[in-house]
Amino acid sequence: MTAIPDRQAAAPIVDRAETRRAQITGGVMIALALFIVLAFGDAAGDATFRLSRVRDTWVIGDLIVPARPFIYVAAVLTAFLGARLFLRGGGRWTTLSLGVGLILLVIAFLLWATAGNAFSLTGMLQATVVRAMPIALGALAAVFCERVAVVNIAVEGMLLAGAFTGALMGSVLGGWGGLLSAVVIGGLFGFILAALVVTYRMDQIIAGVVINLFVLGLTSYVSSQVFAEMRHLNNAPVFRAIKIPVLGDIPVIGPMLFHQNIFVYGALIMVAVSTYYLFHTRNGLRARAVGEHPRAADTLGIDVYWTRYVHVTIGGMIAGFGGAWFTLGSVGRFDENMTGGRGFIALAAMIFGRWHPVGALMAALVFGFTDSLQQKLALLNTPIPSEFLAMAPYIATIIVVAGLIGRARAPAADGKPYIKE
Amino acid sequence: MSTQDAINTATRKLLERAAPGRVAFEDLVVVPLFAILVALILGALTMLATNVDLATIGRSYVALLQGSVGSLNALSETLTAAAPLILAGLGLALGFRAGLFNIGAEGQILIGGMAAVICGFSVPGLPFAILLPLCLIAGGVVGAAYASIAGVLRATTGANEVISTIMLNMIAFRLVDYMLRLPWVQRPGRSDPVSQSVPPSAELPRLLDWIDPNLRVHAGIFVTLLAVAFVYWLLFRSKLGFEFRASGASPSAARYAGMRAGLVIVLAMATAGALAGLAGANQVLGVLGRASPGFSAGIGFDAIAVALLGRSHPVGVLFAGLLFGALEAGGRQMQVDAGVSIDLIGIIQALIIVFIAAPLLVRAIFPWGFRRGDSGGAS
Repeated sequence: MTAIPDRQAAAPIVDRAETRRAQITGGVMIALALFIVLAFGDAAGDATFRLSRVRDTWVIGDLIVPARPFIYVAAVLTAFLGARLFLRGGGRWTTLSLGVGLILLVIAFLLWATAGNAFSLTGMLQATVVRAMPIALGALAAVFCERVAVVNIAVEGMLLAGAFTGALMGSVLGGWGGLLSAVVIGGLFGFILAALVVTYRMDQIIAGVVINLFVLGLTSYVSSQVFAEMRHLNNAPVFRAIKIPVLGDIPVIGPMLFHQNIFVYGALIMVAVSTYYLFHTRNGLRARAVGEHPRAADTLGIDVYWTRYVHVTIGGMIAGFGGAWFTLGSVGRFDENMTGGRGFIALAAMIFGRWHPVGALMAALVFGFTDSLQQKLALLNTPIPSEFLAMAPYIATIIVVAGLIGRARAPAADGKPYIKE
Repeated sequence: MSTQDAINTATRKLLERAAPGRVAFEDLVVVPLFAILVALILGALTMLATNVDLATIGRSYVALLQGSVGSLNALSETLTAAAPLILAGLGLALGFRAGLFNIGAEGQILIGGMAAVICGFSVPGLPFAILLPLCLIAGGVVGAAYASIAGVLRATTGANEVISTIMLNMIAFRLVDYMLRLPWVQRPGRSDPVSQSVPPSAELPRLLDWIDPNLRVHAGIFVTLLAVAFVYWLLFRSKLGFEFRASGASPSAARYAGMRAGLVIVLAMATAGALAGLAGANQVLGVLGRASPGFSAGIGFDAIAVALLGRSHPVGVLFAGLLFGALEAGGRQMQVDAGVSIDLIGIIQALIIVFIAAPLLVRAIFPWGFRRGDSGGAS
């Protein structure tokens, strides 16, 4: 807080815009606090959150919270943070405060919905992680592409292609064969995208839209033309959850992270590896250089075209893996357009996560959380129509993207073709 | 100095776009013909790969042709399918010209269509001459308002319009689902989410039902043609359109020239939303007669392809929309006659766009048919 006057002196122009943003954000948060009181203030009774199942190795007791006092505490905290932002300007606290405010809103909502009832928190968190994975993998694929300045609208199509290939080849070759094929096909579409935009200099957005259309057309066509008659081609085995010994027995965290299928483990490992690769290796630095200033990278002897081909293809492979989740990771059966816009959500998660693998994962978890929350709340019969619960993540995304954008910056050359002289 | 340069560059770019040279003949005629041909051949290969025999492939392409232009009924279906694609495509094209990538047509169609339906059954007593225009305007205005959310967010906070319009699409789907179950919207006596029907005085009248009551082509095509003319005038003959195009071609030059970037963004989004809302109104008032969940049926996404295929030019969008409408109508006939799934059309549409949007690719596949030494691509 003491740093604020210094910064004002140093950069008055930036500061004015930032102060305004902080004030808007502060206003929004005060409104949120009012909303919490008005909407959730009538909660009565205790909210019981179940943390363990009876047959777990280590059982811990239920978390019992008196709903109304805690809701008021959440509202007061939100209002306090909002007022502070509004009056004093936020600086680097703006984003953090908004995040905390939204989390408090969710907590208040959960307390209100659960008041006088019981609810399995662990089950919801486990579902959160599962549902976040295709989004996280799609977002990671997009990070790889955008870091080398190729906008990848085609994530949706690549996920769908992965799902389709997983079901088809999984039925023929078994689970691992299907998974491998899905990765290969995803990579193939990544390569096609790279060829179209790098070699044939097609507009990147058009290329992405076209791949989406093409994959949607092809998979729907095959599924209605072939799968309808030959059902044995659309009946793949499903990867079951694997429990990691000891770690999987930890309450709450165990079921969340260490009792999942290979897609969850794969995604977590890939996020870690790509973070290391992009930010701590020479090749990663080169890739980012291609994304920020291709001409300079070229001058330094980095092959811009090759780098783009490689990374977009890798991105496609990751998306193919993520796509296989829909069939091999959950139901084993392909349905037309079964990704249902998750690829676009993944793009939002990537921007939300500031073009960083870990950020993308966190953003994906937020989407997964609201997704599973909506499902579980259907059991608690809240008076809110389920459609509004389903909207919540999207509204939250809009608020966050609007509030965060000052800090989220795309790679400088994003979307621009590079023409070697 | 750099300001002057930037403005000069922007002006030159605009001139190039507004008045394409003679080379354009190849891009506008030869490339699309090649593209359609190659796409059809690849479509046939796809059918071969899925065990469809040659006779059926032949029959399906005959059906495609017959179903799109082969009869009066086919033409009527083509026009009916094309109208909303063109309307929404025009809006998207306008956005592209202004440098806005609006994916939100689908949501704007839903919300606009919903507004038109509600307007229609809420005041059924009004005469046709007032009620129909009122419903169309309701669709347009509500679509514009919905799209403006993304515009205002972009202008004030810089929120990326791609993300916000995607989110607004998702919200629109849920919102329509919710509204269809409201007691004053849902059709009495139905438990599934279906709205009340619009009264006949709010329907876009069918044009050819005096020949055959099955001919579905309706007055929406006049709305569409008016919209094409309006967007052409707006983009190329009005000051506002110049500001749209200048902002799209070079945001910094536009800013230095004193154009209000924020206002331009909001207005461009609002106009795009109004056109998409009209497309929604066109669907519910002309074809469906009521609203049901997801009645937009992917038109908003197909319209992106139409706008891209039409090179974001109103006349181009008109032809691209007609082509897609023809493929849509022909595809239905194909499914009935030859038993080939209509989803094949999606593949063909995608391939056509690839070949049109990547002239370099077409030139690589067909080196003949183009003058030598001419390496420029229009996109």
